[in-house]
Amino acid sequence: MIRIQLVKRTPLTGWYRVLVPLLAVVTTLVLSAIPILIAGGNLWQSYYYLFYGALGTRFNLLETFVKASPLIFTGLAVAFAFRAKFWNIGAEGQLLAGAIVATWIGMAGGSAPAIVLLPSIMIGGFLAGGAWAAVPALLKTKLNVDDVVSTLLLNFVILHIMGALLFGPMQKTGASWPISEEIVEAARYPILLARSRFHLGIPLAFAAVLVIWFINSKTVFGFRSRAVGVNIHAARYGGINTTSVILKTALISGGLAGLAGVGEVAAIQYHLLSDLSPGYGYTGIVIAMLGNLHPVGVGLAAIFFSIINVGSQTMSRMTGVPSYISGVIEGMALIVMLIFLLMNEYKVRVVRK
Amino acid sequence: MIGEILSVTFITGLIGAMMRMATPIIFAMLGEIITERAGVLNLGIEGIMLMGAMTGFLVTLSTGSLWTGVFAAALVGMVFALIMAVLVVYLGLSQHVSGLGITLFATGLAMFIYRLYFGSPTVPPIVKPFSRIEIPLLSKIPILGQGLFHHYSLTYIAVLLIPAVAILLYKTKVGLKIRTVGENPFAADTVGVNVNLTRTLCLVAGGALMGIGGAFLTLAHQNMFLLDVIGGRGWVAVAMVIFGNWDPVKGAIGALLFGLVDGLQLRLQGLGLHVSFDIFLMIPYVITIIALIGVSRRASVPAALLQPYRREDKGG
Repeated sequence: MIRIQLVKRTPLTGWYRVLVPLLAVVTTLVLSAIPILIAGGNLWQSYYYLFYGALGTRFNLLETFVKASPLIFTGLAVAFAFRAKFWNIGAEGQLLAGAIVATWIGMAGGSAPAIVLLPSIMIGGFLAGGAWAAVPALLKTKLNVDDVVSTLLLNFVILHIMGALLFGPMQKTGASWPISEEIVEAARYPILLARSRFHLGIPLAFAAVLVIWFINSKTVFGFRSRAVGVNIHAARYGGINTTSVILKTALISGGLAGLAGVGEVAAIQYHLLSDLSPGYGYTGIVIAMLGNLHPVGVGLAAIFFSIINVGSQTMSRMTGVPSYISGVIEGMALIVMLIFLLMNEYKVRVVRK
Repeated sequence: MIGEILSVTFITGLIGAMMRMATPIIFAMLGEIITERAGVLNLGIEGIMLMGAMTGFLVTLSTGSLWTGVFAAALVGMVFALIMAVLVVYLGLSQHVSGLGITLFATGLAMFIYRLYFGSPTVPPIVKPFSRIEIPLLSKIPILGQGLFHHYSLTYIAVLLIPAVAILLYKTKVGLKIRTVGENPFAADTVGVNVNLTRTLCLVAGGALMGIGGAFLTLAHQNMFLLDVIGGRGWVAVAMVIFGNWDPVKGAIGALLFGLVDGLQLRLQGLGLHVSFDIFLMIPYVITIIALIGVSRRASVPAALLQPYRREDKGG
């Protein structure tokens, strides 16, 4: 009988680590031909409009960056947590926590100048997201509560807290919909390039990539966080305070997701509303995996997803292929990447017995 | 207002709404229990339910047969569960990341197929949904009768499935195999149980139930497909599994409580009372998180949950 077995091998290093995600992206794009063809789209035309729609004109290119910004933040949030094996599925909730606090500060801002308000909403949003992530981290370290499920469930808790606020104290006067008052002018992210929505949050997201890269590879904390992720028992034995490391990791992870929420309020919507995020937090998980948990990889994966999201709109208009194909492509990207990552650690062996 | 709320019609209606709102969650929860008892957490549940809802609707619309739609929804749920099985059982990939990947993929695909078929119509297409069946005699019981015994056949099936799954898990040989695979796959392997096959079959059976749960929403509860038709009910089902300690009966009680709050919200809105029920809708999640405390020390959680099985890993 012939059996197919997965055999562990020495993990690939160097350029292969870059090559694997790249191959996954290419494979995904090739596989995307299937839904495009089923939808009756002309293959080359569809691919052309997918990329033209995202990169072809100045406005579209800048819009791709606008849509990438929250994804970079949530992707970094998840990647930073996963690296320490803190399974944070809750970036969506942490994003909302950041958005709620940012809106609250922005509404109460009165006549305070931008120089005060902008840092306030950023710090406030960061801390709110961090605090919301600290809850499951505390539950994990102190009470041994599974973080996958608790972070997932806390998303719905904060969603309902937001609902209660939007139907209650934060609701816009006279509105019957769950929507808040607008934040004051001075609390809004400045638009950096004319005739576009290219805002402060975008360079901020790229700065966050650099900061996380720096923390990961140049600081003691980054080393400890990694050690906890590789083997928590060995880390503890080696004298690392694992509880403190997990808690700090959660704070930074949640804070990054919180900043995604701040950006959506302060640069895009200007008020809080119940469908503020189309699942940026969940997409962040996929992006983190696709970026191989590396901050630069996350940045590139977020831009790739943004290209698909923005480009699929144009593709849909020009070829009639429904724009929801972006969800299909992103789902496929994750599954392909997971399988490719497996090939990173295992090789397939056919054995006869 | 108070008089209206305390009226017999309101209470009867509320019991009925509770049963209806709980139905899809019961289906999905039972599916998830079977799956988790064998050691696999299926977070693809939310996407599988949406695929079931879409497929059931589409097939019913084209064939005119509601039961064909339900059957197709079950089938598509099984197919997606099979993809999940390849990823987590045979390739041993991370269960939660794979599950979320399945949800993302299935959600995208469901919306994609719906748009492909119908475009973006101003008037959404509708089916003639299931009609409710009155059980003779029992439905004549005052107050309770109309609330408990005047339902869609799928609701009755959901209720009957609760003891059925409990008996399957606790009283049959198959159930013992499933639980052993979830508790100690190495022991199961030693006594000749095919661990990976058992897990695959449990995933597939669970996927069928999740698909049917989704189809209930488009073929009975409503008569059309909306993109947010599942609305997090899959995640609620995952929460109810933990809330109910991986026990079908306790999980169903949780699902009914959830249905009660959901139904109350709808009924009060029907009376023109616009209150936010968010605080109440939050309670099940909070209770579930509290229930998670110390769960790892309880015997009820399948010990091998989240762990892929590789024979060569033993003792390694």
